[in-house]
Amino acid sequence: MNPIDGTLDSQSNPAAVAGNTQPEPVIRNPLFQNPIARRVLKERIFYGAILAATVLALGFLFYLLFSIGSQGWEHLSWDFFTNFPSRFPRKAGFKSAIYGTAWLGGLTLFFSVSLGVGAALYLQELSNRNRFTNWIEISIATLAGVPSIIYGMLGLGIFVRFMGLGRSVLAGALTLSLLIIPVIIIASREALKSVPDNMRMAAFALGATKWQTVRDHVLPAAVPGIATGVILAMARAMGEAAPLILLGALTYVAFVPESPMDSFTAMPIQIFNWTSRPQEAFHNLASTGIIVLLGFLMICNSLAIVIRMRWGRKP
Amino acid sequence: MTSQLWAKISPWQRWRERMVVRGLAFTAMVSIFTTAAIIFILGEESFQFFTQVSVKEFFFTTTWAPLFEPRFFGIWPLINGTLIIAVGSIVFSLPVGLGIAIYTSEYATGWWQKVLKPVLEILAGIPSVVYGFFALTEVTPFLQKIFPNIEVFNALSASIVIAIMILPTIASICDDSLRAIPKAVRDGAYALGTRKSEVTLHIVVPAALSGILASFILAFSRAIGETMAVTLAAGATPQLTLNPLVGVQAMTAYIAQVSLGDVAHGTVEYQSIFAVGLVLFVMTLGMNLLSQFIVKRYARKYE
Amino acid sequence: MMTQKFTSPILEARNLNLYYGQKKVVKNLNMKIAKKTVTAMIGPSGCGKSTILRSFNRMNDFIDSFSHEGEILFEGSDIYHSKIDVTEFRRRIGMVFQKPNPFSSSIAKNITWGPKINGYKGDFNELIETSLRKASLWDEVKDKLNDSGLALSGGQQQRLCIARAVAMDPEVILMDEPCSALDPASTLAIEDLIHDLKEHYTIVIVTHNMQQAARVSEYTAFMYNGDLVEFGPTTKLFSTPDEKLTRDYIVGRFG
Repeated sequence: MNPIDGTLDSQSNPAAVAGNTQPEPVIRNPLFQNPIARRVLKERIFYGAILAATVLALGFLFYLLFSIGSQGWEHLSWDFFTNFPSRFPRKAGFKSAIYGTAWLGGLTLFFSVSLGVGAALYLQELSNRNRFTNWIEISIATLAGVPSIIYGMLGLGIFVRFMGLGRSVLAGALTLSLLIIPVIIIASREALKSVPDNMRMAAFALGATKWQTVRDHVLPAAVPGIATGVILAMARAMGEAAPLILLGALTYVAFVPESPMDSFTAMPIQIFNWTSRPQEAFHNLASTGIIVLLGFLMICNSLAIVIRMRWGRKP
Repeated sequence: MTSQLWAKISPWQRWRERMVVRGLAFTAMVSIFTTAAIIFILGEESFQFFTQVSVKEFFFTTTWAPLFEPRFFGIWPLINGTLIIAVGSIVFSLPVGLGIAIYTSEYATGWWQKVLKPVLEILAGIPSVVYGFFALTEVTPFLQKIFPNIEVFNALSASIVIAIMILPTIASICDDSLRAIPKAVRDGAYALGTRKSEVTLHIVVPAALSGILASFILAFSRAIGETMAVTLAAGATPQLTLNPLVGVQAMTAYIAQVSLGDVAHGTVEYQSIFAVGLVLFVMTLGMNLLSQFIVKRYARKYE
Repeated sequence: MMTQKFTSPILEARNLNLYYGQKKVVKNLNMKIAKKTVTAMIGPSGCGKSTILRSFNRMNDFIDSFSHEGEILFEGSDIYHSKIDVTEFRRRIGMVFQKPNPFSSSIAKNITWGPKINGYKGDFNELIETSLRKASLWDEVKDKLNDSGLALSGGQQQRLCIARAVAMDPEVILMDEPCSALDPASTLAIEDLIHDLKEHYTIVIVTHNMQQAARVSEYTAFMYNGDLVEFGPTTKLFSTPDEKLTRDYIVGRFG
């Protein structure tokens, strides 16, 4: 078939019918100089380019994971999990970082869910659009794009100094919560939005208040979507180092936190600390720490995917 | 109604519900509180800073040496460091990200799509400290083979890993923008006798330009705000240079450097990080607003 | 005969105009609904019948652009009066929607949720059985009360919704095209149900199916383009209507 005008060879080109295998392009209007061969070539180059881009991205990911994995694998031992960091690479471990991240995670989860989901419920279900809610929405949109290090400065000024919490896990958790609350609000509102309206209408027709309807019907239906959003936000928070540096999370910590007011370190901070050292032995430790951190994050992401697949609803 | 069986709703129950709603309204106010607090903290400490360092020196001189005598507080080396890294990362990620987006939205079949989307999500979920580590331990040694005189800390290495970091953002927003162009537009082009690549490049991409542009600006904003990767890869040498092979210090890296040290509250060094932070905040805020404006103003609505 | 029943109507619209934004969708409506009767509202799409129905229990409050002029009276009192607690008011009027919308919880919970939040003090199991019997659903679901309400067929779901409405012991049940999403067998089942229900409840049913209106109702209101064209006993309206427009609609000349 002629790619230009779709005619079959037999219709327009007797030469082709006669057994000539090279059909001549039929040019009816001499003004159309159609360099079809060149266009096909350009298309092939284009397709190759975008395919290369895609392969590049894939390749990079595998290279990154593979190189870090192979470098850090040898140190991955029980000792790594149970030792504290030390000046001697051979004896150094990740314990304080793991406990610190665990403490941080628990507190952050508490604050961010209660404040974030609560705000989402209010904005999406319980309030009418007014000037007050408009300002809140502007705030949320602004906050979602603020770099994480600035949240660290906020935490430094407000939690560490003004509220006197010092370099504590609590200050860290509050700061990280503020960081991810905008994301949680946005994700939760989407989940609430996707709950079909007919359920609400049925409840209202029975003489229920907005709160009763939300509490007993809308919120339970939105839980999978909200949970997915929260898990992904938490995974992001646990990988953050910049705000914690600002707060003064210590980089050489040989103890585990025992109360929210204790000082602490966290996995990303410890990795950063080891990476900053010139000795290659510490770099290897860092890569082992990265394996643990990425492993933890992968569990979180898989959990979110499972929840979305099993209980999620199509918007 | 058989009134014995139905209690009147007690006013106390109604009151309880109102309190719950009010409590939730209060949680919603947290975002306003956060925004106000950021502006307040940055503003207040910067104000303190500018009582000791003149605005003229800050914005109009070009040496940054704040920690030891003699002190200089010209911010441009830091801005230079940030921008050279960010621009470098955009140069890499812009074509690749758009290319991936074109592939996923126009060409990829189901299987490929299923693979690519999770890969991009994984790339997006890797913490920046990991990218910083990767830059220092793998990318820089690799670059040293190509450019033998490259320094251990350099901007190029940071640009490359940040490019990977912002790639998912660009790819996903561009993909959405390209998909938003209705089939009818493409069909019109095909009917004129054009090839798929021509339709894509000459018709679809320009139609989605506002979204694509917005994605670049957003990604650029993220690159500017990035801390861990630039701290580990680009180093702590503030200088004005266009050479990507030498070490520079980004604004975020400076802030991190000071925080890692022992700096007392109330000193000019402590306040300097808030002044730098204020500039950073204004820059990222400006870009985010710009990208929103572009989408609102120039996105064509297809009904 | 007709005036006697209508001396104290349970629902009444007086000089009612309903708006969506600037658009007037119901014009100067004056209509009375008599107690313990079945009133059908018919008319072509967009004539305003569903809007009127939803105004009777103030479900239109949820639409931002909605506004009204005139009065709607329930048992003689204006339902839009500022002293009225809307949620309490809605206890006394039940609604069945076009698409069945049971809650995703169990059948039992579907029935008991409304009464529970409204302070019901009686026996819940008894309430479940009574309501399901009234909706002709008891025999089919009595062994699976804990199953999800969504696991039922379309017709069963709608009867569950009717049972749920009935459990609140309302005075009026509003039905907004309750059979339009159902198959003919379920439709017939629900029409039989309406026949039983009218002994206890006042029913107002919006339907675009004229035959259905003729089958189930005692009074019919014919709406066209926001106006109440004719209101009267069903038998009269369908055989010797007063208005030419009504006659044209009945014989199928339009709509």
